[in-house]
Amino acid sequence: MADAELALRSPASPRLRGGSSGIASLRDWRYGVVGTGAGIGLIFLATMGLDHGPTWSRWVLGVAGVFALSRGLDVLGKARFGPGFQTGFWLAAIWVGIVVVFAVLAPLLPLQRPGYLPLSAPSYVRPNLFSSHPLGTDSFGRDYLARLIWGSRISLIVGLGCTAVGLALGTGLGLVAGYYKGRVEAVLNLLTDSLLAFPPLVFLLALVAVLRPSLKSLFIAFALLTVPTIIRLAKANTFVFTQRDFVLAAEALGARHRRIICREVLPNVLRPLLSYSMVIVASLIVAEASLSFLGLGIKPPSPSWGNMIAESQTVLQRDPHAILVPASVLFLTVFAFNRLGEAGRARRESRQSALG
Amino acid sequence: MRSASWLQTAGRRAIHLALVLFLVSAGTFSLLQFTPGDPALAILGNSATPQAVKEIDHQLGLDKPLLTQYGHWISHALTGNLGSSLVPPGGTVVSRIAQTLPVSLELTVLAVFMALLLAIPIGVWSAYREGGPFDRFFSGTSFGLLSTPGFVTGLVLALLFSLEVRAFPRSQWVRITSSQGVPSNLKHAFLPALTLALPLMAIYTRLLRADMVQTLREDYITFARSKGMPVRKVLLRYALRPSSISLITLSGVTLGALLGGTVIVETIYALPGMGQLLVTAVGDNDYPIVQGVVLIVAVSYVLLNLIVDVSYGFLDPRTRRGRR
Repeated sequence: MADAELALRSPASPRLRGGSSGIASLRDWRYGVVGTGAGIGLIFLATMGLDHGPTWSRWVLGVAGVFALSRGLDVLGKARFGPGFQTGFWLAAIWVGIVVVFAVLAPLLPLQRPGYLPLSAPSYVRPNLFSSHPLGTDSFGRDYLARLIWGSRISLIVGLGCTAVGLALGTGLGLVAGYYKGRVEAVLNLLTDSLLAFPPLVFLLALVAVLRPSLKSLFIAFALLTVPTIIRLAKANTFVFTQRDFVLAAEALGARHRRIICREVLPNVLRPLLSYSMVIVASLIVAEASLSFLGLGIKPPSPSWGNMIAESQTVLQRDPHAILVPASVLFLTVFAFNRLGEAGRARRESRQSALG
Repeated sequence: MRSASWLQTAGRRAIHLALVLFLVSAGTFSLLQFTPGDPALAILGNSATPQAVKEIDHQLGLDKPLLTQYGHWISHALTGNLGSSLVPPGGTVVSRIAQTLPVSLELTVLAVFMALLLAIPIGVWSAYREGGPFDRFFSGTSFGLLSTPGFVTGLVLALLFSLEVRAFPRSQWVRITSSQGVPSNLKHAFLPALTLALPLMAIYTRLLRADMVQTLREDYITFARSKGMPVRKVLLRYALRPSSISLITLSGVTLGALLGGTVIVETIYALPGMGQLLVTAVGDNDYPIVQGVVLIVAVSYVLLNLIVDVSYGFLDPRTRRGRR
């Protein structure tokens, strides 16, 4: 019942195509292969071919290509792994994996160094996968792929690192507040409400105004940004779980508060928090990019996705690729993290409704 | 008996609110304390004479004990005096905010309006055709829009609709009170407002759809359908109103949150709003302006949330009793 409901609600739900038995038919395979192929072809045509065509046609082709590709891959995935296959989730996981691997291995790859400034190199070269600059170059002729990979390190340090720090702090405080309630909770409520009164970007701008923007001070600011939300979530989940029978049982057996918090409540609270933390990672990556875009975060020449986009703003019309390339990478990464968080949420919801 | 408990709740809420406002203002005020080194040096540069440093210190009140400083600042703030700007265009902080606030406010209101205009039909139809192609297409689109940073949406819209197709101006702002009047103003505000509206639309659509799906399962809807009432009437008259309560609440909250969210859009489209003022002030170390804008944004957010919370009871009779 729960699964059927979920299937109706979520767009990425398993849907049977072809035979009702759920076994993939030949038609599915054909449909999937054609869709995927057409998608790749259209995207290729829109980004690299058709150099002299009107811009509108390229946009239309590009959007159609993305749509065909996602539908084709979805059908293929379901034909291969069964109707319950979550193509979007796996694509998101693969993309995050690629970004993380490249970011970690960046110093070992034959890339231009982040501070590298060529004396004379063609600027704003268009992306061409079969050249030495697969994603083109920027205003100084620096390789875009290299800068994107170096930039991803900043995004991931901020996204993953600050979320980890925020989780450690926020979960601890939230557990204590949710378990003991009373005065501790009142004080923490006051603090979180006050911190949440500042919209995220305004909060960051205010901190940047007084701290010198370095990676260290930015790290502290971003970590601080996540704490109130995590406290609230941890507290709300603690409320729910402390009323369960297993906590009562532990109390009856004479377990101390500390043991109940760490062994009974924490593991249960951690599950929803971890899946939500993916969404926090995504929003932190956006926040960092926005701050750098405003010129108040990571300062050039150090590359960050935000300041790469900001630097190319002036040539928006002449060389739109200079913005679209980093923007697409940023979008895909944020989308992927959000998708991972969504998958966790959907799984938890179906589990909860199965438990009743 | 009931009125007493109601009073108690209200009293507790009022105390909580007062404390939050105190912390927010104290936090905003104490920003200056976090500056590494002397704020005056950051403003004047390292070559400043001790005389000039002293003057700035005096102007910022930094030569007095912390609590006295806060007392001065907050008592002045309450009478509408937030100090004056330290950087060339000058003027008092209040006058600078008064110049820029209308722009941000107009963008915000316009964005929420546009988002609702798009979200209501899409949400209603998605819920009615739950799981169908329309629903799945817009679920995917909403998810995509939620993952797009504001400055990316802004730049892509600017590229498409003001550079490729010259339908809307790329930048500049025409005041609503100027001689060119409302149409010109709306034309300039359209793209920035749309940039803000798209992610909002995604949030609203998802929320309305989820609530509406629940409502459509109620018995009275089945009854209305079975007696042959037209679908349009069932959806718009019977199902929409009870489903839209959390939507209305949320749009109130976002109205507050957006006031700070216009920063990016105002930078991209070069609009003379409060966000632009804040960004420039941060770059120039113009602390009084930073403090003033941050205080106004945070306080209005807290107060808007309060209004939304209170109005909740009026909108949904079911929540009037038994809350807390």
